[in-house]
Amino acid sequence: MTVFMPTTLTEALEIRCAEDATPMAGGTDLLVHWPEQLERHDRDYLDLWGLDELRRIEWSDDMLELGALTTYWDVVTDARVGAAFPLLVDAARQVGAVQIQARGTWAGNIANGSPAADGVPVLMAYGGTVVVASSEGHREVPLERFYSGYKEMDLTPDELIVAIRIPRRTYRHQRFIKVGLRRAQAIAKVGAAMVSNGSGWRVVASSVAPTIRRCPTIEARISNGQPLGSPDDLLPAIRTDVSPIDDLRSTAAYREQVMSRVLYYAIEEMNHR
Amino acid sequence: MVADSVPPMNRSPIDVAFTLNGLEVAISIDPAERLLDTLRYRLGMTGTKEGCGEGECGACTVHVDGIPVNSCLIPTYQMRGTRVRTVESIDPADVSALLGSGATQCGACTPGVVMTAVWVWEHPELLESHTLRQLMAGNLCRCTGYDGIIAGVGQTLEENGR
Ligand SMILES: Cc1cc2nc3c(=O)[nH]c(=O)nc-3n(C[C@H](O)[C@H](O)[C@H](O)COP(=O)(O)OP(=O)(O)OC[C@H]3O[C@@H](n4cnc5c(N)ncnc54)[C@H](O)[C@@H]3O)c2cc1C
Ligand code: FES
Ligand code: FES
Repeated sequence: MTVFMPTTLTEALEIRCAEDATPMAGGTDLLVHWPEQLERHDRDYLDLWGLDELRRIEWSDDMLELGALTTYWDVVTDARVGAAFPLLVDAARQVGAVQIQARGTWAGNIANGSPAADGVPVLMAYGGTVVVASSEGHREVPLERFYSGYKEMDLTPDELIVAIRIPRRTYRHQRFIKVGLRRAQAIAKVGAAMVSNGSGWRVVASSVAPTIRRCPTIEARISNGQPLGSPDDLLPAIRTDVSPIDDLRSTAAYREQVMSRVLYYAIEEMNHR
Repeated sequence: MVADSVPPMNRSPIDVAFTLNGLEVAISIDPAERLLDTLRYRLGMTGTKEGCGEGECGACTVHVDGIPVNSCLIPTYQMRGTRVRTVESIDPADVSALLGSGATQCGACTPGVVMTAVWVWEHPELLESHTLRQLMAGNLCRCTGYDGIIAGVGQTLEENGR
């Protein structure tokens, strides 16, 4: 195991290009059960933690930019982010507990690619984009097009995520929903992030498909003005957009049912406000 | 899984310098060492405990640059230039409320609970946005049922005027 510890992003990207080294950010995914993960001890690592230039929260007229080392706790404690993008704070506060929030990064959440992640759905609902860089230059990918399958994403071995951009828009309704075993320290069995600007909805679902994804059929169904009689009215759209599975945390049938109910009651409540 | 000692160094060591409870530390470590292992087996700071090794239980909680973190999930090489604080730095008199309130039974969770509690006491403004239970949610306890922990932490906050 060799650990590369660059102090500048330029240097980090050169190492990323020349070596087969796994990026290490907060380590909250990579170090789980570390003593038993012997195969991980045989890899090389590219430590990002020393790259202070990736530790920033920056505003411009039309967007918010989070450097790749921005943690959940950075967002929880930033009142301006909370005012403009409340779902980021809602989601961050539900990731593990403070010990995880202080170390876990938004970029690590994206790159880890879990279908049950909490950071990804809110970023995707807000129309976030991923800025990736290599020694060759930068490119920007909308998060909703970043994943192509389970843990498959638009990131080549010589690239790093360097930032996340979130467009500043006005929303009438916004909601993050996480259904887990309990309130703290639980991974989502069903999750959703939804925003509406008054004329149409963006709905993102987690834990119900190989990747976190937008749900165009659900969006169309709830934006078309036809009232919903009951949660079951959403089931056909849910079945078109997602494909939940049985796994250690839950069953497919439970996930579909719960998704229809949490979406239905969230929409009801928001429409009556 | 708890190692009995630091694993043999069959990889090239990494030099790391940080402050531990206010004192400068400069050591050579195995690149695979977690902060938890370095503290316990290289530096003899065995107050910090290992429970789950997966970031769930908080028994291994220490402060890095003033914020509670799980030392079982941190590669020691990332501690370059940081301030690390462990339970050994805490004056027992400052946590006496926890003893009186039934906040500890077997004691396995206690060093971690103490470190999170100390952070809350030092940042009472957190209670404007969080409940005590939310702030303490990363410290699991199998014995006390939590009420004693919350009572002890709350009592100290009151004594401190919050
Ligand atoms: C107890 C516990 C509770 C948790 N609870 C939740 C939860 O409720 N919700 C949730 O979503 N997650 C949860 N997680 C998972 C984890 O905390 C998050 O996914 C976190 O965002 C990961 O960020 P990190 O910086 O720690 O990633 P790391 O572990 O450092 O890296 C994760 C992956 O991303 C890659 N990577 C990191 N940064 C970059 C980059 N800039 N460019 C390219 N690749 C990169 C790494 O190579 C690795 O593959 C939990 C974890 C634990 C241990
Ligand atoms: S041992 Fe670190 S959180 Fe349990
Ligand atoms: S006192 Fe035994 S685990 Fe908390």
